[in-house]
Amino acid sequence: MRTIHTLCFGLMTLTASIGASPVAAQDQSKPVVIQAAQQLRHFNGAIQSGLATATASTQIFASPLRYDDKWNPKPYLAESWEVAPDGLSITLHLVKNALFHDGKPVTSEDVAFSIMLIKANHPFKTMLQPVEKVDTPDLYTAIIRLAHPHPALLLAMSPALMPILPKHVYGVGGDIQTNPANLKPVGSGPFKLIEYKQGDHYTLEKFHRFFIKDRPILDKIIVRTVTDQGAAVVAMERGEANIYPFINGIRDIERLENAPNLFVTAQGFEGIGALNWLEFNTKKKPLDDVRVRQAIAYAANRDFIVKKLMRGKAAPAYTPIAPGSPFEEKDVEQYNFNLAKANKLLDEAGYRANGNGTRFSLTIDYMPGTDEQQRNIAEYMRSALKRVGIELEVRSTPDFPTWAQRVSNFDFDMTMDNVFNWGDPVIGVGRTYLGSNIRKGVVWANMTQYANPKVDGLLDRAAKATSVEERKDLYSQFQKIISQEVPIFFINATPYHIAFDKRLGGLPTTIWGIMSPLDELHWKSN
Amino acid sequence: MIKQLASRIVNSLGLLLAVLVLNFTLIHLAPGDPVQVIAGEMGGASPEVLAALRAKYGLDQSLLEQLTAYLSSVMRGDLGYSYYFNEPVSNLILQRLPATVYLVVSALALAVIVGTILGVISARKPNGLLSHFVTFISLVGHAAPVFWSGLLLLLLFASVWPLFPSGGMVDVSQAKTGLDYAVDVGIHLVLPCLTLALVFLAQYSRLARVNMIDVLSADYIRTARAKGLSEWVVITKHALRNTLIPIVTVVGLQFGNLLAGAVLVETVFSWPGLGRLVFDSILRRDYPTLMGVLLFSALMVMVANILTDILYRLIDPRVQEVSR
Repeated sequence: MRTIHTLCFGLMTLTASIGASPVAAQDQSKPVVIQAAQQLRHFNGAIQSGLATATASTQIFASPLRYDDKWNPKPYLAESWEVAPDGLSITLHLVKNALFHDGKPVTSEDVAFSIMLIKANHPFKTMLQPVEKVDTPDLYTAIIRLAHPHPALLLAMSPALMPILPKHVYGVGGDIQTNPANLKPVGSGPFKLIEYKQGDHYTLEKFHRFFIKDRPILDKIIVRTVTDQGAAVVAMERGEANIYPFINGIRDIERLENAPNLFVTAQGFEGIGALNWLEFNTKKKPLDDVRVRQAIAYAANRDFIVKKLMRGKAAPAYTPIAPGSPFEEKDVEQYNFNLAKANKLLDEAGYRANGNGTRFSLTIDYMPGTDEQQRNIAEYMRSALKRVGIELEVRSTPDFPTWAQRVSNFDFDMTMDNVFNWGDPVIGVGRTYLGSNIRKGVVWANMTQYANPKVDGLLDRAAKATSVEERKDLYSQFQKIISQEVPIFFINATPYHIAFDKRLGGLPTTIWGIMSPLDELHWKSN
Repeated sequence: MIKQLASRIVNSLGLLLAVLVLNFTLIHLAPGDPVQVIAGEMGGASPEVLAALRAKYGLDQSLLEQLTAYLSSVMRGDLGYSYYFNEPVSNLILQRLPATVYLVVSALALAVIVGTILGVISARKPNGLLSHFVTFISLVGHAAPVFWSGLLLLLLFASVWPLFPSGGMVDVSQAKTGLDYAVDVGIHLVLPCLTLALVFLAQYSRLARVNMIDVLSADYIRTARAKGLSEWVVITKHALRNTLIPIVTVVGLQFGNLLAGAVLVETVFSWPGLGRLVFDSILRRDYPTLMGVLLFSALMVMVANILTDILYRLIDPRVQEVSR
């Protein structure tokens, strides 16, 4: 059996070194206040994804693995693991001292129960789709059996995606969606929930019997819901809150960067892989012609959008896979601004300008609520496309469900959109391009209605390839085809930033950022 | 009076039913549904998950079936289960109600008291500088959108001059009890209360001014002055009571507007009340919660109007005489 990673005591050594540091001398009783713009539905990350749930769930529940800032898996509940040479099973060896918050031990039965529960209920079906069963030969060994190799499974074992639930709490019958434990969670993570004021805040307290020695360091974390972005910024400046994640307003980022008490970084969002883009309805004329789509891509000045509209805070994006991902292919057609090329392509496609200089008209929608990422770019596109003879009408919608209803039913020409990769392309990338995922009424399925059997084949093979190099090659081919066929014009990585109080140390800057255990977070001074 | 009260209550129940049916229909006519919102906040979901959620919440049934099911459950006293917050709607309302009560009652009291005082002061010299200033402030307060006033006050008094907190109902980082808790809530209440009061303060000051001018020109006031009573006694003992009658009427009618104003104020200041619950429920198409809060609000407005009637009769004995 091929052993990929065994780090039995590395974490313990690191823990011991922290215990001897000045951290131990600093009072950690002052709560850290985190601001959240989104309200969560409940705390059970096994059946609910999303930023708000994951932020909470990763503190309350532990997962088999956790990740560093270089996409390397690290031991967590699993102190070691092996992937079978044929890729058809992964064996997890659990730590023997992990307890749930009610004092009961974490065993392989809980891991098996959780994995099958997630497979049946989690919104990301592709994440655990090949899992057939989980064998538990002993209390601390879980063998995940697969229908075919599934390399994405390792990333799916991240805290944000695979919380391990106690079977004796969540498996006692009844509908998991309405299980009372979803609001009174019992996990084995570094913090336990002690208070939940619905719509206002929830309080997490240190779990003193956490299985990693001398962790967590903080005594208490409070997550407070703040619905107004301006108020959230003011609260950070005044020190009323200590962490503000998922900031994507450019002016807010700049303002917080100038606050003397704060440290602002874009690190910690690589796992989410959020992309901002312009989607085309490839089944509607004239957008069914690839030359028209390419022309629009050439006419939109990505450089201007990124450098001027976003004031350099966002990284440009050129492919379906977010910048920073190990699978990103940089050698693709980037559609750098070129009006002459745009006009030539439109002429070749047979859309000549009339007497008014207009070739045809289109509409563009955008997701409401994130003006700087969506509405402003849609408005810019109107003037940009006018220069190549395309009249653009910007359509607004009052809220997300209205926009989702419209675009998921293909009632659009073009729309701005913001979609997450969720780490491995199997989880969050394939859904946008697979021909089999064109589903009317389902938001963030294949809404462009793009279908290419070659792309489907590449995605299928990449999902099953056991070699990282092979996967990279297959995803590279996939990205090159997509960049040629332009069902989507990629604009930028969503410029998520996070602001920290400078007095904090042990900041969560792994690929999952704030959606990872905050067991190292501490006050350097307070 | 009791007979009239009973008649009002019976009529109100019919009105409540109409409110329920109309709101139910209107809400369901809005594009999108709660399952799309859930999918959106999850970052996407498979069609199977969406279909299962729709079946679970009865959203795959016809509108009439859904309405019938809803009305039957309301008749049983069950306001339903929130799709989004995963709690019974009645629990959600009870959790959020105190915060809104604090906000609305304090804003109303501030608006009525300060508005009346300003109106009375400016009525004494209708063409004076103070009167014009009060009129100007009233118009600005009434014209400015409530969310704009809120953001402006937030910027001025929480950022530029950091005198008050930026939001929330309490300082969550410190567990306070008793008087300390009350003071903490009070400090957090200042800006949202002021924001909500500003809109209505304008109305009450104008109303008080107009009424007081009218009352001060009455014969009995001239008589009181002729008797040598001080201006203070003339106003407070003789004129004010009559001035208050239309103000009390307006208070009852304004209750619904206050709740509506609270929606935006609570959102700006992250005040955890019913207003924010409504705002979140609209955006999330959380039908049961929205219906529950609307029903509750309608009930409160009706109760407020009935109480206004009662108060009216207490203030003006002539109304009671006419009733007999």
